[in-house]
Amino acid sequence: MTDVLRFEELTVDFTVGGTTQRAVDGVSFGVRPGEVLAVVGESGSGKSVTALAALGLLPSNARAGGRISFGGADVLAMSRAELTALRGRRIAMIFQDPSGALDPVFTIGAQLVEMIRTHQPSLSRSAARERAIELLRMVEIPGNRLKYYPHQLSGGQCQRVMIAIALACDPELLIADEPTTALDVTVQQEVLDVLLAMRSKISGAIMIITHDMGVVADVADRVVVMRKGSVVETAEVHELFDHPTQEYTRTLLDAVPRGGARESDPVADQEVPALRIDELVVEYRGRRGRTVRAVEEVSLGLNPGEIVGLVGESGSGKSTIGKAVLGLAPITSGEVHVAGQALTSASASDLRKTRARIGVVFQNPAGSLNPRGTIGQSVGEPLAVHRGVRGAELRRRVEELLDSVELPGAWAGRYPHELSGGQRQRVSIARAISLDPGLLIADEPTSALDVSVQATVLELLRSLQDRLHFACLFISHDLAVVDQVCDRVAVMSQGRLVEQGDRESVLRDPQDPYTVRLLEAAPVPDPREQSRRRGLRLAG
Amino acid sequence: MARFTIRRLIELVLVFFGVTFAIYAAVFALPGDPISSLGGDQPLSPAVVERIRNLYHLNDPLWSQYLRYLGHLLTGDLGVDFRGRSVAERLASRWPVTIRLALTAWVIQVVIGVGLGLVAGLRKNTWIDRGVLILTILIASVPIFVMAVTAQLVFGVKLSLLPIAGVSDGWPTSYLLPATVLAIYGLAAVARLTRGSVVDTMSSDFVRALWAKGLSRRRVIGVHVLRNSAIPVLTYLAIDLGALLGGAVVTEGIFNLPGVGQLLFESIRVHEGPTVVGIATALIMIFLLTSLVVDLLNSLLDPRIRHD
Repeated sequence: MTDVLRFEELTVDFTVGGTTQRAVDGVSFGVRPGEVLAVVGESGSGKSVTALAALGLLPSNARAGGRISFGGADVLAMSRAELTALRGRRIAMIFQDPSGALDPVFTIGAQLVEMIRTHQPSLSRSAARERAIELLRMVEIPGNRLKYYPHQLSGGQCQRVMIAIALACDPELLIADEPTTALDVTVQQEVLDVLLAMRSKISGAIMIITHDMGVVADVADRVVVMRKGSVVETAEVHELFDHPTQEYTRTLLDAVPRGGARESDPVADQEVPALRIDELVVEYRGRRGRTVRAVEEVSLGLNPGEIVGLVGESGSGKSTIGKAVLGLAPITSGEVHVAGQALTSASASDLRKTRARIGVVFQNPAGSLNPRGTIGQSVGEPLAVHRGVRGAELRRRVEELLDSVELPGAWAGRYPHELSGGQRQRVSIARAISLDPGLLIADEPTSALDVSVQATVLELLRSLQDRLHFACLFISHDLAVVDQVCDRVAVMSQGRLVEQGDRESVLRDPQDPYTVRLLEAAPVPDPREQSRRRGLRLAG
Repeated sequence: MARFTIRRLIELVLVFFGVTFAIYAAVFALPGDPISSLGGDQPLSPAVVERIRNLYHLNDPLWSQYLRYLGHLLTGDLGVDFRGRSVAERLASRWPVTIRLALTAWVIQVVIGVGLGLVAGLRKNTWIDRGVLILTILIASVPIFVMAVTAQLVFGVKLSLLPIAGVSDGWPTSYLLPATVLAIYGLAAVARLTRGSVVDTMSSDFVRALWAKGLSRRRVIGVHVLRNSAIPVLTYLAIDLGALLGGAVVTEGIFNLPGVGQLLFESIRVHEGPTVVGIATALIMIFLLTSLVVDLLNSLLDPRIRHD
């Protein structure tokens, strides 16, 4: 059978400020009729650029070479009019950030009708509206939502609207670029279910671009692995997971956190816990005088030297707990003790001393390091402020700290933008441990990183913890990561703590239904397990 | 929406009282005695001065003068000036000139400024884009009186295309030259703002998704990009209209247009307190009302503000 779409020796060059860089370097693969093809790779692998090229959507500073055949024609040679006729009608595309992909000032109904009437001009307005309602129902959104604006829908709903728009004209190929990356796992599962259900209703093929091996295992028939602009390996999905032929594919699969790596040594109950949270309530003043409870009566304790994973989806209140401990969120009622010091009754100077004992690592290292300061300044600042360390002594300590996170001490004079994402996160960690904290709060420290980088950062964090014995509140949405680094796990949902216990019992034998759902929704990098789960879910 | 409007109206009332009092106090604190200057070279007798002062309640404390003024103001009475002429009437004869001038200048700004900005934004980083930037900055950096006098010389004296000064030829002939000169100063800002807004919108995710839907260029730009880019530009344009209505003192002076700006200038010169406060109050009202209209307009254009 001939391929629906075929990339032949595709190259894409970007010109930025006079220098030309090759983002895609001789990529060849095809999408077969009716299949789901996954293109996987880490950031910078050229997977998204390849997809954009298929629709002629490359930015103006990009130049493509080679050939992209679709229906006997070369997409790269098409005129603007030919491309317009191709897009949406024959090849449709959905994007990563669903709330940003819809025009914010038009209703979703208007955007659906626009799509339908653009490609079927003969259809009357009311017939197009009927069709729009039908499409919304297909993606399990009630038809009366036509009048809603994108900001009134959740991320998952927006993505389903995007799928409805994309499928409006029964395209021969649907390209989905990281369609679930911005979504929670349970929502990701719903969207993937909808996407796969479409497969039986449309005749076309699906090309899904992702960095998540779990998603690949869940949906793909065939897989293309890309790295640095080239195709590393192309294989049928079972073949790829069972017998990866290329070294890079193996590295990628090995980097996926699978949990159970940490030996949990029971920590004896000590007299003063590193952190004790008693019936913590955090309320925010919402609009029109309404109060929003972000955290509801949560109690949690951390012994010295213990890593506790705080797991939940967005909006569950997990980050708010971290913020309350740091004094960045209001403690409405309840109490937080850090190393025995109660935060609500502490004097200003006691609070200052207590905060010096807490280290913190945030999710986005690009945003949490001062872009105009050198990394040496960022790392040394806590020492200068709290300990009054100056001059040569400060420089020596900064070099030691950089060394402890496996960065060259000589890099102290570099600026954050000169570093990669993983290196920046190492700098954040160096800063967090600069005052030898008794407690480290790590809020999604690796979720902005590629999996192979994530693996090394997690390893670093663990070895530092082994050496320095700080307690760590590890906030994450990723169960596999938590499984890999934590001693104990606490699960949050809608501001409440639904379950806590040691890692083995929570993750292997969950009691709360929400934990069960969360665990089942998180895709594992195993195609057989994923198809078993999907079968169960669709049957049930 | 209703709640939003009410909140803005309450804010408007508070700002109104605060600003009118501040102006009232400032004008009456000006050095010099307006009453003694009424007599010109012949000093008035102390008895006459005292009578006039009593007539205008000038011996009362400031707050009671202000409250009395406010009371009259609420019934639409702006009071009389020191020569007994009604301030409201003097203003009424001036407004048509100023409004014609401001609206003409504003329309020129909208058409040329938004047009240039749109072209520059859609042709980002080409010579057209750079040309628009250089042109608008260049003309905006010429002082207004230089620009005005040069325009009079070229179009009025040398080419005899348009009248040099006065309003005897009516709209549009008499207003074209001063309005263009006035418009040029807002042009750079409008064009830059439009350009930036268009560039931001064009590079947003949803526009890429619109291309992927297979929409025509005309539809993507004419419907989606325009409406999304218009939101910040409209805010600026409406505030700008408010500023144009009150800020044409120099232009009205050079082109000898009997507008509000000219009256304001003369009144300040001769310490004509009641007139100055009257004009200032009217201008504040215009400014407050335009910003209210801007907010309502924005919430109509942007559903995210509407549902806030």
